[in-house]
Amino acid sequence: MGSLFAFTLLGLFTGAAYAIMASGLVLTYTTTRVFNIAHGAFGMVLAFTFWDFTQRQGLPTVLSLFLVLGVVAPAIGWFIQRFVTRGLGEGPVSVALVVTVGLLVGLIGLAQQIWKPEARVLLPFYADTGWQLGDTYITAHQVVTITCSVVVAVGLYLLLNRTRIGTAMRASVDNPELLKLFGGRPDTVAALAWAIGMSLAALGGILLTPVVGLDYYALTLLVINAYAAAMLGRLKSLPLTFAGAMGLGILESWAVAYLPTDGFWSTVRPVIPALFLFAIVVLMPQAQLRIGQVKGIIAAPVPSVPRAFGSGAALLGLAFVLISLVSRADVLLIGVAATYAMVMLSLVLLTGYGGHVSLAQFTFAGVGALAYAKLDEPNLLGLAMAALISAGVGALVALPVLRLTGLYLALSTMAFAVLMDKMIFQAEFAFKFNGTLATERLSILGVRIGSDTSYVWFMVLCFVLMGLLLLWLRRGALGRILIAMRDSPSGCGTLGLDLRWFRVGLFSLSAGMAGLAGGLFAGLRGTVGAADFLYFQSLLVLLLAVVFGVTSVTGALLGGAALMLLPVWQSSQPELAGLLFAILGFGAVLLGRDPNGIANHLFKLGRWGTGRVLPHWEDQFRERLDGLLKAARPEPARSIDALVDAGIEEPKGVG
Amino acid sequence: MGRHSSSALLEVDDVIVKFGGVTAVNRATFSAHRGQITGLIGPNGAGKTTCFNVITGLQKPTSGRVRYQERDVTRWPVHKRAKHGIGRTFQRLEAFGSLTVRDNVRVARDIHGGPVAWVRPGGRANLEIDVLLDRVGIGQYADERADSIPTGTARLLELARALACNPQLLLLDEPSSGLDESETDAFGDLLKDLAAEGAAILMVEHDMDLVMAVCDDIHVLDFGQIIASGTPADVRTDPVVQRAYLGYAEADDHTSELDPVTATMLEAQA
Repeated sequence: MGSLFAFTLLGLFTGAAYAIMASGLVLTYTTTRVFNIAHGAFGMVLAFTFWDFTQRQGLPTVLSLFLVLGVVAPAIGWFIQRFVTRGLGEGPVSVALVVTVGLLVGLIGLAQQIWKPEARVLLPFYADTGWQLGDTYITAHQVVTITCSVVVAVGLYLLLNRTRIGTAMRASVDNPELLKLFGGRPDTVAALAWAIGMSLAALGGILLTPVVGLDYYALTLLVINAYAAAMLGRLKSLPLTFAGAMGLGILESWAVAYLPTDGFWSTVRPVIPALFLFAIVVLMPQAQLRIGQVKGIIAAPVPSVPRAFGSGAALLGLAFVLISLVSRADVLLIGVAATYAMVMLSLVLLTGYGGHVSLAQFTFAGVGALAYAKLDEPNLLGLAMAALISAGVGALVALPVLRLTGLYLALSTMAFAVLMDKMIFQAEFAFKFNGTLATERLSILGVRIGSDTSYVWFMVLCFVLMGLLLLWLRRGALGRILIAMRDSPSGCGTLGLDLRWFRVGLFSLSAGMAGLAGGLFAGLRGTVGAADFLYFQSLLVLLLAVVFGVTSVTGALLGGAALMLLPVWQSSQPELAGLLFAILGFGAVLLGRDPNGIANHLFKLGRWGTGRVLPHWEDQFRERLDGLLKAARPEPARSIDALVDAGIEEPKGVG
Repeated sequence: MGRHSSSALLEVDDVIVKFGGVTAVNRATFSAHRGQITGLIGPNGAGKTTCFNVITGLQKPTSGRVRYQERDVTRWPVHKRAKHGIGRTFQRLEAFGSLTVRDNVRVARDIHGGPVAWVRPGGRANLEIDVLLDRVGIGQYADERADSIPTGTARLLELARALACNPQLLLLDEPSSGLDESETDAFGDLLKDLAAEGAAILMVEHDMDLVMAVCDDIHVLDFGQIIASGTPADVRTDPVVQRAYLGYAEADDHTSELDPVTATMLEAQA
């Protein structure tokens, strides 16, 4: 019994730090409707800053703490609200998500650039002090943590309930427009919320550093803990958020105490926040459909059929030439680019057309690769099975969140990616810890595509076919419904569309496409392991897809090539590796508001160019094509009967 | 209220909707019948749109039932009610802004037809859609994006979209706002035609001339409660309605400051 008490107590201490972090997340989300995925990343950067002040500059701890929490963090929070996230809350959820994912990646890059990887220790507060309580030893750091959480809880309560600006904050949760009408200043409220939220991220990060280590990724991932805790309060209630954080801390502590420390179970502890999150999401009640306003979105143009086929053929030709010219290593890189481009095509469907964000798209490629390797059927059937299994897993991920809105879907996919990365992919039945699985190249009708060049060319062919399929879907009923659903879910619902299952189907189709890419990737590499499918890769896939244009096939192609080049550049300039992440991340922050991306600007440039050089080439081409088709098969003339028929029939429909 | 209950297509029975401490709809009971136009009137904030949301399933009632085609549909999801023939338009528009007017209606047909229809080539679909657009009088906007057309036109587009799903019960939320006088007259004729073809129409409307001209039945909502029901003639002379509306007038003592409903109501009486 004594140890149960001890571990519960230990869990409460960690939970207290989670609570501090989570309350910051809730504060910024409720007042500005922007869910800051980079909340943990900000905590990470500020913990590094604190380390810098105390260890490198040698400032006293108290002064450093004051500088970080009272000056640097609020200044960053104010800056971010003013210049980055302002107005994001009113836009589509997908844009806010992409911008904050950009912040996350940018901050990791920035931290790696400023504080080069090396062993760093941030000592707990009053490192050598502690008290014996029964059979439990309580450190001063733990007492500081729990005191801080009480101070934060009381402070937030007083701020929100006893001050004018706090009342304005609470009003802003419900309706910022109304607040403006009554003379409140939503901008001041939002800036203050972000300043406080950032300080809380910093405090949580600093308090947790002795537990999780001063690590770029571990601290960044704390956003999942904070999010899981905040979900218990539906991202609104601070008391429930505190309760959720405490519960999460205790669960983690119990896991350490009672789960075996070796084998599969040892991997459970790091994913407890993700599991906790899924459990809460499943228990959440159904979200109501919101009624909004007519708001169309300008999307990249859909190419005409001849143009799409022409571009596909041109790409295949270009790939053929490239593949025969470059070295073997570069041929493999082209295959990698084709993989990324196909995964990004799956995002074109999900994000570009459907308006939903997935932070686990490369994980689905991993599922496809795992399935392909495990099935050991290196043929089209095996590849199709790999895609189907990914689609099934995608449906399983979307099912619990399908009753909820887009934000929850996106955040749950991040938890899913971490879960797969840290637990499933490393398990005995999968790639094994630090292990790999051997894979065979694909055979079609008994003919093995053995050589690198022909296999990579086949991958490019797959990309082209997938792109054509996507454009065909986009032109048809499915494409129209996707756009309609993005414009007005309520409108679609009242016309009879079952949004929940449609969303699951969409998500599943997209996961299947990524899985297909993963299966092809496995065949390309010959061996695949868990290290190929880190969750972070999915964030990069999303960012590059958006930067280059997530509404077009061209954007996916360019994004795939860029993502392939990123590590190449990084290894050629290792001292600037972090900076490249920072440029990419902050670039996405700047470009994330326009999901049509760079590709759309290229289209405009292209139209301008052809308009000058070869005006109307496409019309002429089409005329000629139509002429040929007509010669072959005369089009039946529309009879006047059909007209009359329709005219009489239609009104009856109402009865 | 009980006059037609035997043949009512829709029965709203004792519905209460509370938002926190506010009661938006308080024990509302009314019905709609095939072949008839039923008006739902009352000042802003009386709970009319909330009633529509309850009927279409966008809002769960705190208590009470909704019966449709003699079945209890209170717990049915939105899309299931739509599939069974409940169509609606919105007060705050819900047209698909990125699509053209024609494609808005085409999407409605796609959704109504179900997944099988998505892969079927639509040879005659275009023709039928254009006939429908002409019928509601927005044929000339067919190729324009829905976020670029005037509000009144967008409301008619929502009507066309709803009609594309062959609704048996049609809920229209302030359909005539944004229309000019001649457009409103044409719209009134269209409503009568639709009712004559057998549809049950339930309409929230602020244009009292239109309501008095086309409605068979009127229910007056005030603070979430039905304070009067009956034919236009009954409602016009109902002492409760008069007291409620004139009561505001006396309290205000400035007819010009009346809300638009009350003002038009008084105008219609005069």
